[in-house]
Amino acid sequence: MKSNARVIDRGGAHHPLIELAVARLREFVREPEALFWAFVFPILMSIALAIAFPGGGGKPAVVAIEPGAGSAAIRQTLSATPGITIRDVPPGGEERALRQGEVHLLIVPTDPPTYRFDAARDESRIARLLADDALKRAAGRADPFTAREQPVQIAGSRYVDWLIPGIVGMNIMGTSMWGIGFSVVQTRMRKLLKRLLASPMRKREYLLAQVGGRLVFLAPEAGVPLVFGAFVLGMPIQGSIATICIVCLVGALAFGGIGLLLASRARTFEAISGLMNLTMVPMWVLSGVFFSSANFPQPVQPIIQALPLTALIDALRDVVLEGAGVPGVSRELAVLAAWGVASFGIALRFFRWR
Amino acid sequence: MVAVQCDRLVKKYDDVVAVDALSFSVDRGECFGLLGPNGAGKTTTIEILEGLLEPDAGDVQILGLRWRDHERELRQRLGVQLQETQLAEKLTVEETLRLFRSFYHRGRTIDELLRIVELESKRRSWVGKLSGGQKQRLAVACALAGDPDLLFLDEPTTGLDPQSRRQLWELLARFRTDGGTIVLTTHYMDEAETLCDRVAIVDHGKVIAQGSPRGLIDSLGAPRVVTHHGTLEDVFVALTGRHLREE
Repeated sequence: MKSNARVIDRGGAHHPLIELAVARLREFVREPEALFWAFVFPILMSIALAIAFPGGGGKPAVVAIEPGAGSAAIRQTLSATPGITIRDVPPGGEERALRQGEVHLLIVPTDPPTYRFDAARDESRIARLLADDALKRAAGRADPFTAREQPVQIAGSRYVDWLIPGIVGMNIMGTSMWGIGFSVVQTRMRKLLKRLLASPMRKREYLLAQVGGRLVFLAPEAGVPLVFGAFVLGMPIQGSIATICIVCLVGALAFGGIGLLLASRARTFEAISGLMNLTMVPMWVLSGVFFSSANFPQPVQPIIQALPLTALIDALRDVVLEGAGVPGVSRELAVLAAWGVASFGIALRFFRWR
Repeated sequence: MVAVQCDRLVKKYDDVVAVDALSFSVDRGECFGLLGPNGAGKTTTIEILEGLLEPDAGDVQILGLRWRDHERELRQRLGVQLQETQLAEKLTVEETLRLFRSFYHRGRTIDELLRIVELESKRRSWVGKLSGGQKQRLAVACALAGDPDLLFLDEPTTGLDPQSRRQLWELLARFRTDGGTIVLTTHYMDEAETLCDRVAIVDHGKVIAQGSPRGLIDSLGAPRVVTHHGTLEDVFVALTGRHLREE
């Protein structure tokens, strides 16, 4: 090309890739709602987690006692038993309280007592064991021995430790996709994409800048829940910070590409919202954000393992909880990279500029 | 030297023929206007010239080059203002110009551009806070960023107040003094008469008359109403029996 032979004079402006990314960034930080979702939402989510999963000690077993002869004795015994909380239920409301999980065990003061509980619920079975043990001991049972107990708490084995990497993955997916999808559709609706097409701007550089401009916010989006988890909830971080950063970066690039692909044809906010939800909601369920994806049957596992959110969350858990390095999560990184490159390529090909 | 040469352009949308075997040419340094009512095919024509639409038939040469072979070079040498573009509201005037300037390999500095379009005092204002006239001057500044040889303007003053229109006309006149070529569309005959050396009157996708505004008016013969100077409106009425702007 003739133009390459000449010295390029941009009149004081930077390379278009930088100017496009900076412009995207400026528009983003000047949008208060967008900032809220990027910064405040992860903090609120983390606080909610902290309230739901306070550190130390298990949850007490909640027991209700039906009124009747002998109920006072049962109440006296159980109220002195550690790990059991007695809840008073209005007469006639016992069944309902049991059904709703407000009480785990209902004791009817017959002789011997009757236990009503849902054997399918772990907390009900525990409540039954604790109450039964206390009542039998009070009735004069002699224990053949008293075992020595050594309570240990294995860091990183709690549900909340497992949950936080899932939240981080979900956050990276959501902000990357919404941030890119909405901005592209808005630019298209303003006919600004068409105007850019009429300039010498390279299409590829525009799309790259959309993904790149988002990466600046990756640090708070991923960092806030992780730091909160580590310092407030005591989640151990076994892997290196560098590996975590690499996983988050590759994840954000992959979802940035997918966001571009979804936005490549959409002409209205309604259309892009629908596409985003259609893509993200199944992954929230399948990819193991809140409960393990191993719960799904074997035949669908290959599909679940190929999903980008599964790859991101699995990699984050391996690094944060198990201390894996980059080689240990290379399969997940490859899955993410494949999604990112493929969707970027398809988006570039089919992008609607008008 | 010919800046724009188009021969028998055709563009159809489904069954509607938007542009119907349209031909004209524009010389370097000229200001050429496509004049016609809404829906005449002006925007479709200018977007074909801008390389944004493919014609179904016909040939286009811009600065002696064809879009298929020289798109990148042409983009560097053209300035374009589109009818409906809304620039990003939350960027400042200066940031917007800097972005557009970064796409070009040569051209004016940001300060020069701000001075040319008289937006120096607004350089740090958000685009969303500008008046209609200021927004339009910014759009023209973006088109001028690469110091183009040829400027395409699609209805540049539609919706502007008289003072803003005059300000934009002066700006375009200065661009021409520096040797620039302009192709514009308009449905204002006074705009065509003020700015254009030659106009093509377009109706139903066809050129129904072509020439200098004065020549077209004179071709009507003596003005039919003594108190009334002949205008391009009269030319259009004489040719089609309709008015240019039917509102």
